[in-house]
Amino acid sequence: MIVRELELDLDAFEGPFDLLLTLVLKDELDLREVDVAAIVLAFIERLAVRDELDLEACGEFLVLISALLELKARGLFPEEAAELAELEPEAAAEELARRLAEYRRMKEAAAWLRERLETEGDRFFRIGPAPLAPKVEQPLAPQEPLRLASVLRALAVEPPQVSLSHMSLRFPPVSQFLERFRAVLRRRSRFDFDAEVNGLTRVEQAVAFLALLDLRRAGEITIEQAAPFAPIRVARSGEENTARDERTVAWTVRSA
Amino acid sequence: MDRPLRLIAANPLDQLARTIEALLVVASVPLTVEDIAEAAEDHPERVEAALGLVGDRYREGRSGVVLEKVAGGWAFRASRDAADACARLFEKPAQRNLSQASLETLAIVAYLGPCTRPEIARIRGVAADSAVANLTERGLIAEAGRDDAAGGAIRYRTTPLFERIFGLESLSELPRLDDIGADADQIRDRLHQVAEMRSA
Repeated sequence: MIVRELELDLDAFEGPFDLLLTLVLKDELDLREVDVAAIVLAFIERLAVRDELDLEACGEFLVLISALLELKARGLFPEEAAELAELEPEAAAEELARRLAEYRRMKEAAAWLRERLETEGDRFFRIGPAPLAPKVEQPLAPQEPLRLASVLRALAVEPPQVSLSHMSLRFPPVSQFLERFRAVLRRRSRFDFDAEVNGLTRVEQAVAFLALLDLRRAGEITIEQAAPFAPIRVARSGEENTARDERTVAWTVRSA
Repeated sequence: MDRPLRLIAANPLDQLARTIEALLVVASVPLTVEDIAEAAEDHPERVEAALGLVGDRYREGRSGVVLEKVAGGWAFRASRDAADACARLFEKPAQRNLSQASLETLAIVAYLGPCTRPEIARIRGVAADSAVANLTERGLIAEAGRDDAAGGAIRYRTTPLFERIFGLESLSELPRLDDIGADADQIRDRLHQVAEMRSA
């Protein structure tokens, strides 16, 4: 009889014993799921079929199954494995007996439950969801209707109008700056925009810039700026700076 | 014509008893005396007394509906006489085909619960994952917080449904573990006996 070829039919595994060992060693089968006692039973059944005792097979089986049991024990009680190993043989046997007794009691308890299930098998009752009403909160203390009304009235008062005055912006007319820039350009052929609008408010500066763009569109002026945020230079049309081309290129490159 | 039964009508608790009947017919879980007292807006002592009246009326052999104290409360169930008829019409999914592994796990949770899966595995010697999942699905056990120890494994306890199915008033009705099963001494003796037989 060859132990390795022992056919097994367990909950967690079906096949020859050596395949089970291989799978366990490769961690492809969780030993914790394997009922080792069932393997022992399978072996004993197989043994019983033959008349003579196969000592060699028994020895081999004992070695394999005890190794398997040790592996399983270590897997189930990773911390306690060391704990048990430290115990004296006598104490370890005590501990083992204690655990066996505990399991035995639970097996008996399970048997009692099964028996109970049979004797109580004729119990029928309503189950299903239990739609119990939520507990009602304690109601508020008695209230006076007049007081409630006065509170509601206070809530119903229209809120005060929110003032938007701080948001109103006063825009000076663009024409004001158009005339102003034309006047400047009549006196000088070019001027510095930033210098010209210096001291004005932010809004006035914006309107002044619009006026500048207007003049540029009408072809009255040319505008130059050496670099982003550099001073904007304004010149009467036809009187550009001689270095204009060069600067424009520089500006284009930088802005790109 | 609409007069209630004379015996019951003679009792001052009759109105309360009828309210209790109504509450128990609607309920799908056992109701405690406190539950009933709150719903009926009456005193717990009077509810207890009225439950006595109802119990006398609804008992085995007298009625198809039986009042019983179960799972920490009071509930109606079918009389045992009607069990066969009930079985032809209704299924009992929670307790059908409970495996040995599930029953052992259930016993451990019932006796030692709340307990964790590692604790169950420690006693049974095999992983308890599938048995615990199975029992949870059947509604026989339920999660009951986490273990305080490192890892914080989920703890399980039995449900009121468990007590109801097994006809237990409470878990304290389970037989004492000392009364069932062999104790450590017996097992140790048996181990020694086997060892002696070997050496002989």
